[in-house]
Amino acid sequence: MTLADYLPIGLMMLIGIGFATGAMWVSWKIAPNVPSPEKLAPYECGIVPLQEPALRFPVKFYLVAMLFVIFDVELIFLFAWAVRFEAFGWTGIAAIGIFVALLVETLFYVWKRGALDWNVAHRDRYRRVVAEYEDEAA
Amino acid sequence: MSFAVLLTVKVLAVLGLMLGGALVVIYAELKVGAHMQNRIGPYFAGGRFGWAQPFADALKFMQKEDLVPDGADDRVYKLAPYVVLMGTIGVFVVLPLSPRFVARDLDLGAFYALAISSLTTLGVLMAGWSSNNKYSLIGGLRAAAQLIAYELPLVLAVVAVAIQAGTLSISGIIEAQAAPAFSIGELNVALPYILTGQIIGFAIFVVASLAELSRIPFDMPIAESELTMGFVTEYSSIRFAMFFLAEYAGMVSMSALATAFYLGGYQLPGLSATAVEVLGPVIFISKVFLLSFLFIWLRWTLPRFREDQLQSLAWRWLIPAALLNIAITATFKVVF
Repeated sequence: MTLADYLPIGLMMLIGIGFATGAMWVSWKIAPNVPSPEKLAPYECGIVPLQEPALRFPVKFYLVAMLFVIFDVELIFLFAWAVRFEAFGWTGIAAIGIFVALLVETLFYVWKRGALDWNVAHRDRYRRVVAEYEDEAA
Repeated sequence: MSFAVLLTVKVLAVLGLMLGGALVVIYAELKVGAHMQNRIGPYFAGGRFGWAQPFADALKFMQKEDLVPDGADDRVYKLAPYVVLMGTIGVFVVLPLSPRFVARDLDLGAFYALAISSLTTLGVLMAGWSSNNKYSLIGGLRAAAQLIAYELPLVLAVVAVAIQAGTLSISGIIEAQAAPAFSIGELNVALPYILTGQIIGFAIFVVASLAELSRIPFDMPIAESELTMGFVTEYSSIRFAMFFLAEYAGMVSMSALATAFYLGGYQLPGLSATAVEVLGPVIFISKVFLLSFLFIWLRWTLPRFREDQLQSLAWRWLIPAALLNIAITATFKVVF
């Protein structure tokens, strides 16, 4: 494998970019262009947005990203092992088994610590409210 | 010179076939979805059965005004459709439609295909971030969390295939499925991996690719009833059409990867090598459309998941199941 073998990828990308740019050029030629402040305002069901787009996010999104990085590294090692599988045999399975077991243990730990439980606080509040309502009704 | 011409012809042929396939899938989505809801669907465009509806839609998109919302990050906003499109059509390079009809068969084909297809994550996040709209931003972040969570089971399922085939070249994986599984008298019968031990892997791959494509039941990033249109809310005209095309091209490329990994690619049990040489592309594309039909069928059947259920499914079920699948595959491969 030389670098030239990867040439088709570059060619495919170039053709793709050319196709997209051509389509946009045609659109630019035939589409009307009469912007107005109302049209350019960010969409908000017809009213003027009162605030900037929310900049605070549930921390769970970051947790998922961090967990992903850990397991992504695992994947790279797994691929290296999978391709040369025949050469390693049981030794390879044992070695990669220990490695994966350590990472699965991480997943299990994170699981038990509740990092995978989304939105628990809200659901607890919902249950409480419903329970109170049902108590009153009874 | 002839090398360059041949290469260009091959790349153009693969791109044309796959994008044509995407148009067929768009039409199928309209028509099949309509019939599943007891409607007729597109009927007039093109004269018969509304076959020209995708082309009419494309023309209509081109005629619409292209708007960049106030306060949007102009450059990122305009770059995002390109990134999403590149992520999907990049996969086409390594898809073998027949033993010889392939733009370039890389040694690392499967690895490359999975890597380049995750480029769409970046494009979606760019679109959501740059639009200056809260629906877009929430949609983009949901999409990012979903795509990276389901990337893991998807790739882990492919690791098991790589172990069984002993190679990462997609042609190599398809050829490995041509090895005779058993023989009846003189006749050697080869079976695709879905029937020889990768049925769990196939299920994981299909579920994860549904999530990667943000299709129902995993369409939280563009949940219409909550987020207007998610990360594409602010896009109009041809830029919206690019996202739309990329979504369906992505469906074709994911179906094509599943076909190659699990359904035997261009092979059909009992077909001779010369017949495969000729009929290969037809068989391959038929299998791709079969899987696309499954995706469309699921879309019109299932309701949407909730965000926490989605993450729960990926981390608590699919990843352990995929690791178990690898362990089973590795043990069987060593023992037999």
